[in-house]
Amino acid sequence: MKMVAASKLRRAQTAAESARPFAERMERMLGTLAGSLAGQSGAPRMLAGTGKDDVQLIVMVTADRGLCGGFNSSIVRNVKQLAGQLLKEGKTVKILPVGRKGREQIRRDFGPHLIEGFEGLGRKGISFAEADQVATRITQLFDENEFDVCTVVYNRFQSAIAQVVTRQQLIPFPVPAEGPVKADAAAKALYEFEPSEEDILNSLLPRNLAVQIFRSILESQASEQGARMTAMDNATRNAGDMINGLTIKYNRSRQAQITKELIEIISGAEAL
Amino acid sequence: MADKIKFELVSPAKLLISSPVDMVIVPGTEGDFGALAQHAPMITTVRPGVIDVHDGGKVSNRIFVAGGFAEVNEERITVLAEEALPVADITHDMYSARLQAAKEALADAKTDGARIAAEQLLSIAQAMQAAAPRH
Repeated sequence: MKMVAASKLRRAQTAAESARPFAERMERMLGTLAGSLAGQSGAPRMLAGTGKDDVQLIVMVTADRGLCGGFNSSIVRNVKQLAGQLLKEGKTVKILPVGRKGREQIRRDFGPHLIEGFEGLGRKGISFAEADQVATRITQLFDENEFDVCTVVYNRFQSAIAQVVTRQQLIPFPVPAEGPVKADAAAKALYEFEPSEEDILNSLLPRNLAVQIFRSILESQASEQGARMTAMDNATRNAGDMINGLTIKYNRSRQAQITKELIEIISGAEAL
Repeated sequence: MADKIKFELVSPAKLLISSPVDMVIVPGTEGDFGALAQHAPMITTVRPGVIDVHDGGKVSNRIFVAGGFAEVNEERITVLAEEALPVADITHDMYSARLQAAKEALADAKTDGARIAAEQLLSIAQAMQAAAPRH
Protein backbone atom coordinates (compact mmCIF):
# COMPACT_ATOMS: atom_id res chain seq x y z
CA MET A 1 0.00 0.00 0.00
CA LYS A 2 2.95 2.22 0.60
CA MET A 3 4.14 1.62 -2.94
CA VAL A 4 0.70 2.32 -4.32
CA ALA A 5 0.50 5.55 -2.38
CA ALA A 6 3.98 6.49 -3.56
CA SER A 7 3.06 6.16 -7.21
CA LYS A 8 -0.23 7.97 -6.68
CA LEU A 9 1.62 10.66 -4.83
CA ARG A 10 3.85 11.29 -7.78
CA ARG A 11 0.85 11.71 -10.05
CA ALA A 12 -1.05 13.93 -7.60
CA GLN A 13 2.00 16.04 -7.04
CA THR A 14 2.49 16.63 -10.75
CA ALA A 15 -1.16 17.57 -11.07
CA ALA A 16 -0.94 20.01 -8.19
CA GLU A 17 2.19 21.57 -9.59
CA SER A 18 0.91 21.93 -13.13
CA ALA A 19 -2.21 23.66 -11.84
CA ARG A 20 -0.17 26.39 -10.24
CA PRO A 21 0.51 28.56 -13.33
CA PHE A 22 -3.19 29.09 -13.94
CA ALA A 23 -3.92 30.03 -10.36
CA GLU A 24 -0.95 32.34 -10.23
CA ARG A 25 -1.84 34.16 -13.44
CA MET A 26 -5.43 34.46 -12.42
CA GLU A 27 -4.35 35.94 -9.13
CA ARG A 28 -2.16 38.44 -10.94
CA MET A 29 -4.99 39.46 -13.24
CA LEU A 30 -7.40 39.71 -10.37
CA GLY A 31 -4.93 41.74 -8.38
CA THR A 32 -4.63 44.22 -11.24
CA LEU A 33 -8.38 44.46 -11.57
CA ALA A 34 -9.22 44.54 -7.91
CA GLY A 35 -6.59 47.16 -7.26
CA SER A 36 -8.15 49.49 -9.78
CA LEU A 37 -11.60 49.00 -8.33
CA ALA A 38 -10.78 48.83 -4.63
CA GLY A 39 -12.64 51.26 -2.48
CA GLN A 40 -15.21 52.05 -5.13
CA SER A 41 -18.82 51.52 -4.25
CA GLY A 42 -19.54 49.59 -7.44
CA ALA A 43 -17.37 46.64 -6.48
CA PRO A 44 -19.12 43.27 -6.82
CA ARG A 45 -20.33 41.55 -3.69
CA MET A 46 -17.88 38.71 -3.98
CA LEU A 47 -15.08 41.22 -3.61
CA ALA A 48 -16.63 43.68 -1.21
CA GLY A 49 -18.59 41.15 0.83
CA THR A 50 -22.06 41.61 2.23
CA GLY A 51 -20.86 44.04 4.82
CA LYS A 52 -21.42 41.59 7.65
CA ASP A 53 -19.75 38.47 8.92
CA ASP A 54 -22.62 36.87 10.82
CA VAL A 55 -22.92 33.66 8.88
CA GLN A 56 -19.71 31.81 8.24
CA LEU A 57 -19.34 29.01 5.75
CA ILE A 58 -16.47 26.63 6.23
CA VAL A 59 -15.49 24.42 3.32
CA MET A 60 -13.69 21.43 4.72
CA VAL A 61 -11.54 19.48 2.27
CA THR A 62 -10.70 15.96 3.42
CA ALA A 63 -10.20 12.56 1.84
CA ASP A 64 -12.81 9.99 0.99
CA ARG A 65 -10.74 7.21 2.44
CA GLY A 66 -8.95 6.59 5.67
CA LEU A 67 -5.67 4.85 6.45
CA CYS A 68 -3.67 7.98 6.01
CA GLY A 69 -2.55 8.81 9.51
CA GLY A 70 -3.57 12.13 10.98
CA PHE A 71 -4.50 13.57 7.62
CA ASN A 72 -8.25 13.78 8.11
CA SER A 73 -8.21 14.27 11.86
CA SER A 74 -5.96 17.30 11.67
CA ILE A 75 -8.35 19.01 9.27
CA VAL A 76 -11.33 18.09 11.40
CA ARG A 77 -9.61 19.31 14.53
CA ASN A 78 -8.82 22.61 12.88
CA VAL A 79 -12.37 23.05 11.63
CA LYS A 80 -13.79 22.20 15.05
CA GLN A 81 -11.55 24.77 16.64
CA LEU A 82 -12.49 27.42 14.09
CA ALA A 83 -16.18 26.62 14.33
CA GLY A 84 -16.07 26.62 18.13
CA GLN A 85 -14.39 29.98 18.16
CA LEU A 86 -16.88 31.48 15.71
CA LEU A 87 -19.82 30.10 17.66
CA LYS A 88 -18.42 31.65 20.81
CA GLU A 89 -18.40 34.99 19.02
CA GLY A 90 -22.09 34.54 18.41
CA LYS A 91 -21.87 33.80 14.70
CA THR A 92 -23.73 31.20 12.74
CA VAL A 93 -21.56 28.47 11.32
CA LYS A 94 -22.23 26.28 8.33
CA ILE A 95 -19.90 23.52 7.29
CA LEU A 96 -19.69 22.19 3.76
CA PRO A 97 -17.69 18.98 3.74
CA VAL A 98 -15.81 17.85 0.66
CA GLY A 99 -14.78 14.25 1.19
CA ARG A 100 -16.48 11.48 3.12
CA LYS A 101 -14.11 11.03 6.04
CA GLY A 102 -14.36 14.60 7.21
CA ARG A 103 -18.12 14.51 7.30
CA GLU A 104 -18.17 11.31 9.29
CA GLN A 105 -15.78 12.64 11.86
CA ILE A 106 -17.41 16.00 12.39
CA ARG A 107 -21.00 14.83 12.38
CA ARG A 108 -21.05 13.98 16.07
CA ASP A 109 -20.05 17.40 17.34
CA PHE A 110 -21.34 19.71 14.65
CA GLY A 111 -24.05 17.65 13.00
CA PRO A 112 -26.66 20.41 12.93
CA HIS A 113 -24.22 22.77 11.24
CA LEU A 114 -23.45 20.46 8.38
CA ILE A 115 -24.89 21.21 4.99
CA GLU A 116 -24.89 18.88 2.07
CA GLY A 117 -21.41 18.40 0.77
CA PHE A 118 -19.52 16.48 -1.87
CA GLU A 119 -18.11 13.00 -1.92
CA GLY A 120 -16.14 10.86 -4.27
CA LEU A 121 -14.69 13.78 -6.19
CA GLY A 122 -11.80 12.96 -8.42
CA ARG A 123 -11.29 9.33 -7.64
CA LYS A 124 -9.12 9.22 -10.73
CA GLY A 125 -7.59 12.63 -10.25
CA ILE A 126 -9.90 15.59 -10.04
CA SER A 127 -10.96 17.49 -13.13
CA PHE A 128 -11.67 21.17 -13.23
CA ALA A 129 -15.31 20.47 -14.04
CA GLU A 130 -15.71 18.69 -10.71
CA ALA A 131 -14.18 21.55 -8.79
CA ASP A 132 -16.49 23.82 -10.71
CA GLN A 133 -19.49 21.97 -9.29
CA VAL A 134 -18.34 22.80 -5.79
CA ALA A 135 -17.75 26.41 -6.75
CA THR A 136 -21.13 26.70 -8.44
CA ARG A 137 -22.78 25.46 -5.30
CA ILE A 138 -20.93 27.95 -3.15
CA THR A 139 -21.80 30.78 -5.53
CA GLN A 140 -25.41 29.71 -5.47
CA LEU A 141 -25.48 29.71 -1.67
CA PHE A 142 -23.87 33.12 -1.65
CA ASP A 143 -26.41 34.54 -4.09
CA GLU A 144 -29.17 33.23 -1.88
CA ASN A 145 -27.63 35.07 1.07
CA GLU A 146 -26.97 31.85 2.90
CA PHE A 147 -23.65 33.08 4.23
CA ASP A 148 -21.45 36.16 4.43
CA VAL A 149 -17.92 34.85 4.68
CA CYS A 150 -16.50 31.70 3.18
CA THR A 151 -13.30 30.03 4.34
CA VAL A 152 -11.75 26.87 2.99
CA VAL A 153 -9.70 24.58 5.21
CA TYR A 154 -7.42 22.11 3.46
CA ASN A 155 -4.07 20.37 3.73
CA ARG A 156 -1.46 22.19 1.72
CA PHE A 157 1.17 19.91 0.26
CA GLN A 158 4.63 20.75 1.47
CA SER A 159 6.48 17.48 1.10
CA ALA A 160 5.70 13.81 1.26
CA ILE A 161 5.99 13.86 5.02
CA ALA A 162 4.72 17.34 5.81
CA GLN A 163 1.26 18.71 5.20
CA VAL A 164 0.20 22.08 6.47
CA VAL A 165 -3.38 22.72 7.49
CA THR A 166 -4.29 25.93 5.74
CA ARG A 167 -7.22 28.28 6.12
CA GLN A 168 -7.96 30.51 3.20
CA GLN A 169 -10.70 33.07 2.91
CA LEU A 170 -12.50 32.87 -0.42
CA ILE A 171 -15.42 35.24 -0.07
CA PRO A 172 -15.05 38.16 0.15
CA PHE A 173 -11.89 37.79 -1.86
CA PRO A 174 -9.00 39.29 0.07
CA VAL A 175 -7.26 41.84 -2.13
CA PRO A 176 -3.54 41.35 -1.81
CA ALA A 177 -2.52 44.68 -0.41
CA GLU A 178 1.23 44.30 -0.46
CA GLY A 179 3.80 42.44 -2.46
CA PRO A 180 4.16 41.96 -6.20
CA VAL A 181 0.78 43.43 -7.06
CA LYS A 182 1.77 46.71 -5.50
CA ALA A 183 4.76 46.87 -7.77
CA ASP A 184 2.42 46.76 -10.75
CA ALA A 185 0.65 49.86 -9.53
CA ALA A 186 2.24 52.02 -12.19
CA ALA A 187 1.18 49.69 -14.97
CA LYS A 188 -2.29 49.33 -13.53
CA ALA A 189 -3.44 52.76 -14.57
CA LEU A 190 -2.56 51.99 -18.17
CA TYR A 191 -4.66 48.88 -18.53
CA GLU A 192 -7.64 49.00 -20.79
CA PHE A 193 -10.62 46.87 -19.89
CA GLU A 194 -12.96 45.34 -22.35
CA PRO A 195 -15.84 45.23 -21.47
CA SER A 196 -15.83 47.29 -18.27
CA GLU A 197 -13.87 46.47 -15.13
CA GLU A 198 -17.06 45.52 -13.33
CA ASP A 199 -18.14 43.11 -16.04
CA ILE A 200 -14.81 41.37 -16.11
CA LEU A 201 -14.67 41.16 -12.35
CA ASN A 202 -18.17 39.76 -12.25
CA SER A 203 -17.17 36.87 -14.45
CA LEU A 204 -13.64 36.56 -13.13
CA LEU A 205 -14.55 36.24 -9.45
CA PRO A 206 -16.66 33.09 -9.75
CA ARG A 207 -13.97 31.60 -11.99
CA ASN A 208 -11.38 32.47 -9.42
CA LEU A 209 -13.45 30.76 -6.78
CA ALA A 210 -13.51 27.61 -8.87
CA VAL A 211 -9.78 27.81 -9.43
CA GLN A 212 -9.06 28.25 -5.74
CA ILE A 213 -11.26 25.30 -4.88
CA PHE A 214 -9.63 23.26 -7.63
CA ARG A 215 -6.23 24.10 -6.26
CA SER A 216 -7.14 23.30 -2.69
CA ILE A 217 -8.54 19.92 -3.69
CA LEU A 218 -5.46 19.11 -5.73
CA GLU A 219 -3.19 20.10 -2.88
CA SER A 220 -5.31 18.07 -0.54
CA GLN A 221 -5.09 15.00 -2.75
CA ALA A 222 -1.35 15.23 -3.02
CA SER A 223 -1.15 15.64 0.75
CA GLU A 224 -3.44 12.68 1.25
CA GLN A 225 -1.16 10.39 -0.73
CA GLY A 226 1.87 11.74 1.10
CA ALA A 227 0.21 11.16 4.45
CA ARG A 228 -0.89 7.69 3.43
CA MET A 229 2.57 6.80 2.26
CA THR A 230 4.08 7.80 5.59
CA ALA A 231 1.33 6.09 7.55
CA MET A 232 1.67 2.88 5.57
CA ASP A 233 5.43 2.92 5.86
CA ASN A 234 5.06 3.16 9.62
CA ALA A 235 2.46 0.42 9.57
CA THR A 236 4.69 -1.90 7.55
CA ARG A 237 7.58 -1.31 9.90
CA ASN A 238 5.41 -1.81 12.93
CA ALA A 239 4.01 -5.03 11.50
CA GLY A 240 7.57 -6.25 10.88
CA ASP A 241 8.48 -5.64 14.52
CA MET A 242 5.37 -7.44 15.65
CA ILE A 243 6.14 -10.42 13.41
CA ASN A 244 9.63 -10.66 14.90
CA GLY A 245 8.26 -10.56 18.42
CA LEU A 246 5.57 -13.11 17.69
CA THR A 247 7.97 -15.50 15.95
CA ILE A 248 10.18 -15.61 19.05
CA LYS A 249 7.16 -16.17 21.25
CA TYR A 250 5.95 -18.98 18.99
CA ASN A 251 9.31 -20.75 19.01
CA ARG A 252 9.58 -20.47 22.76
CA SER A 253 6.19 -21.96 23.43
CA ARG A 254 6.83 -24.70 20.89
CA GLN A 255 10.04 -25.65 22.68
CA ALA A 256 8.30 -25.48 26.04
CA GLN A 257 5.68 -27.86 24.72
CA ILE A 258 8.28 -30.35 23.46
CA THR A 259 10.20 -30.20 26.71
CA LYS A 260 7.02 -30.79 28.65
CA GLU A 261 6.16 -33.87 26.55
CA LEU A 262 9.68 -35.26 26.96
CA ILE A 263 9.50 -34.84 30.72
CA GLU A 264 6.18 -36.68 30.75
CA ILE A 265 7.62 -39.61 28.74
CA ILE A 266 10.78 -39.82 30.82
CA SER A 267 8.96 -39.62 34.14
CA GLY A 268 6.49 -42.24 32.88
CA ALA A 269 9.41 -44.57 31.98
CA GLU A 270 11.07 -44.00 35.36
CA ALA A 271 7.88 -44.91 37.21
CA LEU A 272 7.86 -48.39 35.70
CA MET B 1 10.36 41.15 -38.74
CA ALA B 2 9.24 43.00 -35.69
CA ASP B 3 9.66 41.70 -32.16
CA LYS B 4 7.77 38.65 -31.08
CA ILE B 5 5.12 38.51 -28.43
CA LYS B 6 5.16 35.85 -25.77
CA PHE B 7 1.99 33.81 -25.97
CA GLU B 8 0.85 31.86 -22.94
CA LEU B 9 -2.17 29.63 -22.98
CA VAL B 10 -3.06 28.27 -19.58
CA SER B 11 -5.80 25.86 -18.62
CA PRO B 12 -6.64 25.06 -15.00
CA ALA B 13 -4.86 21.74 -15.31
CA LYS B 14 -1.64 22.99 -16.86
CA LEU B 15 0.34 25.48 -18.87
CA LEU B 16 -0.47 24.47 -22.43
CA ILE B 17 1.60 26.78 -24.54
CA SER B 18 4.33 29.22 -23.72
CA SER B 19 6.27 30.40 -26.72
CA PRO B 20 7.16 33.57 -28.58
CA VAL B 21 5.06 34.13 -31.71
CA ASP B 22 4.46 36.89 -34.26
CA MET B 23 0.80 37.54 -33.65
CA VAL B 24 -2.16 36.07 -31.82
CA ILE B 25 -5.78 36.62 -32.83
CA VAL B 26 -8.11 36.23 -29.90
CA PRO B 27 -11.91 36.14 -29.98
CA GLY B 28 -12.67 38.84 -27.41
CA THR B 29 -16.19 39.33 -26.13
CA GLU B 30 -16.40 42.65 -27.92
CA GLY B 31 -14.79 41.49 -31.11
CA ASP B 32 -11.71 39.65 -32.27
CA PHE B 33 -8.43 41.37 -31.76
CA GLY B 34 -4.91 40.70 -32.86
CA ALA B 35 -2.11 41.08 -30.38
CA LEU B 36 1.37 41.91 -31.62
CA ALA B 37 4.40 42.89 -29.59
CA GLN B 38 4.11 46.35 -28.03
CA HIS B 39 0.36 46.04 -27.70
CA ALA B 40 -1.25 48.44 -25.24
CA PRO B 41 -1.98 46.75 -21.90
CA MET B 42 -5.50 45.46 -21.66
CA ILE B 43 -7.62 42.83 -19.98
CA THR B 44 -10.61 41.33 -21.69
CA THR B 45 -12.98 38.42 -21.49
CA VAL B 46 -12.83 35.82 -24.24
CA ARG B 47 -15.88 34.27 -25.89
CA PRO B 48 -15.95 30.68 -27.13
CA GLY B 49 -14.07 30.59 -30.40
CA VAL B 50 -10.77 29.98 -32.07
CA ILE B 51 -7.41 31.51 -31.27
CA ASP B 52 -5.21 31.87 -34.34
CA VAL B 53 -1.52 31.85 -33.69
CA HIS B 54 0.49 33.47 -36.46
CA ASP B 55 4.13 32.68 -36.69
CA GLY B 56 6.63 32.79 -39.51
CA GLY B 57 4.16 34.39 -41.93
CA LYS B 58 1.47 31.75 -41.60
CA VAL B 59 -1.09 30.45 -39.13
CA SER B 60 0.99 28.03 -37.11
CA ASN B 61 -1.62 26.90 -34.66
CA ARG B 62 -5.39 27.08 -34.27
CA ILE B 63 -6.83 26.41 -30.84
CA PHE B 64 -10.43 26.24 -29.78
CA VAL B 65 -11.20 27.80 -26.39
CA ALA B 66 -14.46 27.65 -24.50
CA GLY B 67 -14.20 31.16 -23.15
CA GLY B 68 -11.91 32.65 -20.57
CA PHE B 69 -9.83 35.75 -20.01
CA ALA B 70 -6.95 37.41 -21.77
CA GLU B 71 -4.37 39.77 -20.43
CA VAL B 72 -2.18 41.63 -22.86
CA ASN B 73 0.79 43.85 -22.21
CA GLU B 74 3.85 44.95 -24.16
CA GLU B 75 5.73 41.69 -23.87
CA ARG B 76 3.18 38.97 -23.51
CA ILE B 77 -0.36 37.81 -23.93
CA THR B 78 -1.79 35.43 -21.38
CA VAL B 79 -4.98 33.57 -22.15
CA LEU B 80 -6.69 31.80 -19.28
CA ALA B 81 -8.98 29.23 -20.82
CA GLU B 82 -11.09 26.74 -18.98
CA GLU B 83 -11.01 24.39 -21.87
CA ALA B 84 -8.71 24.43 -24.84
CA LEU B 85 -8.03 21.95 -27.61
CA PRO B 86 -6.48 22.13 -31.06
CA VAL B 87 -9.03 22.76 -33.80
CA ALA B 88 -7.78 19.73 -35.70
CA ASP B 89 -8.83 17.47 -32.82
CA ILE B 90 -12.48 18.50 -32.86
CA THR B 91 -14.68 15.72 -34.14
CA HIS B 92 -18.26 15.64 -35.23
CA ASP B 93 -19.25 13.44 -32.30
CA MET B 94 -17.70 15.84 -29.84
CA TYR B 95 -19.78 18.86 -30.70
CA SER B 96 -22.97 17.05 -31.65
CA ALA B 97 -23.07 15.37 -28.23
CA ARG B 98 -22.53 18.72 -26.61
CA LEU B 99 -25.14 20.43 -28.74
CA GLN B 100 -27.60 17.75 -27.77
CA ALA B 101 -26.79 18.00 -24.06
CA ALA B 102 -26.99 21.79 -24.14
CA LYS B 103 -30.35 21.78 -25.90
CA GLU B 104 -31.73 19.32 -23.37
CA ALA B 105 -30.40 21.41 -20.50
CA LEU B 106 -32.00 24.48 -22.03
CA ALA B 107 -35.34 22.72 -22.37
CA ASP B 108 -35.17 21.52 -18.76
CA ALA B 109 -34.02 24.84 -17.35
CA LYS B 110 -36.51 26.16 -14.84
CA THR B 111 -34.66 28.97 -13.14
CA ASP B 112 -32.97 31.94 -14.77
CA GLY B 113 -29.60 30.74 -13.54
CA ALA B 114 -30.03 27.34 -15.10
CA ARG B 115 -31.16 28.88 -18.37
CA ILE B 116 -28.17 31.18 -18.52
CA ALA B 117 -25.86 28.26 -17.81
CA ALA B 118 -27.54 26.18 -20.52
CA GLU B 119 -27.33 29.01 -23.03
CA GLN B 120 -23.65 29.29 -22.28
CA LEU B 121 -23.19 25.58 -22.92
CA LEU B 122 -25.07 25.94 -26.17
CA SER B 123 -22.97 28.82 -27.36
CA ILE B 124 -19.81 26.85 -26.56
CA ALA B 125 -21.13 23.89 -28.53
CA GLN B 126 -22.11 26.10 -31.46
CA ALA B 127 -18.74 27.79 -31.49
CA MET B 128 -17.15 24.37 -31.48
CA GLN B 129 -19.25 23.31 -34.42
CA ALA B 130 -18.29 26.45 -36.30
CA ALA B 131 -14.64 25.86 -35.52
CA ALA B 132 -14.61 22.21 -36.53
CA PRO B 133 -12.59 21.34 -39.61
CA ARG B 134 -14.65 20.83 -42.75
CA HIS B 135 -14.67 17.34 -44.14
